[in-house]
Amino acid sequence: MRALFALLSGALFGLGLTVSGMTDTAKVQGWLDLFGAWDPTLAFVLGGAILPMLVAWRVAAARQRAVLGTPIPAPSEPVLDARLIGGSALFGVGWAIAGLCPGPALAVLGFGGGDAWLFFAAMVAGMVIHRLTRPGARRQPA
Amino acid sequence: MIPMDWIYGLLGGLMIGSAAALYLLVNGRIMGASGILGSVIDGSNPTVEKALFLTGLVAAPLAYALTMGAPATNLTSNPTTLVIAGLAVGIGTRMANGCTSGHGVCGISRFSVRGIVATMVYLGAGFATMFVGRHLLGAF
Repeated sequence: MRALFALLSGALFGLGLTVSGMTDTAKVQGWLDLFGAWDPTLAFVLGGAILPMLVAWRVAAARQRAVLGTPIPAPSEPVLDARLIGGSALFGVGWAIAGLCPGPALAVLGFGGGDAWLFFAAMVAGMVIHRLTRPGARRQPA
Repeated sequence: MIPMDWIYGLLGGLMIGSAAALYLLVNGRIMGASGILGSVIDGSNPTVEKALFLTGLVAAPLAYALTMGAPATNLTSNPTTLVIAGLAVGIGTRMANGCTSGHGVCGISRFSVRGIVATMVYLGAGFATMFVGRHLLGAF
């Protein structure tokens, strides 16, 4: 059941990214281009995505456990460290340069051709480099 | 008249949020693309659940493209740009422990301080990079 629902949520996430236009790097770069031909679409996507999750977090808080029994992940400690700030800044730079963040980078693999795979390969290499340079890194959820 | 792009954006956004809600309320997991991909690919915490999530995330847009026609990605074909951007996204999201889905969608909706701050930082860095890269350097 876990596997089935993971597959379903991945598929729905991928379809949502495609329908919303977030697999189009021109729309993402247009959103980031505040001082040019600004495209507000991404605000509608983010707003639309937050709405169901506002309800979901309320339900989760009331239930404590997910339907399949897993405890709802505890909130993160409000620790603002250099890794959060520096990592997010680095991510923002890469996001603007190519117009892809990790979700859409996966969603375009099926139809984006070799360029999409090259970005994906570099992104994966970055993740592996990060792991190799910090083997004992403590995991902390968002 | 509201542009159709905004309506599709809102509709797709609702689908993304519903996917995150499903993953949270049924599986008890936070839907963060960089965390799910990263922990599978670097071997730190690979699970069948995550592998299937990633399978759905790649397969559903492919099925969409096969039936409706492939949407335009307008992705650059400059290999240097792709590699630099990919490395920055890969290292940055793992350092920060989240990206647009984990920190953005799941974090903001939980009023997570880390999620809100991360989102402000990557948006700010994105706006600044776009201004410098497009308007000062004319690079992209």
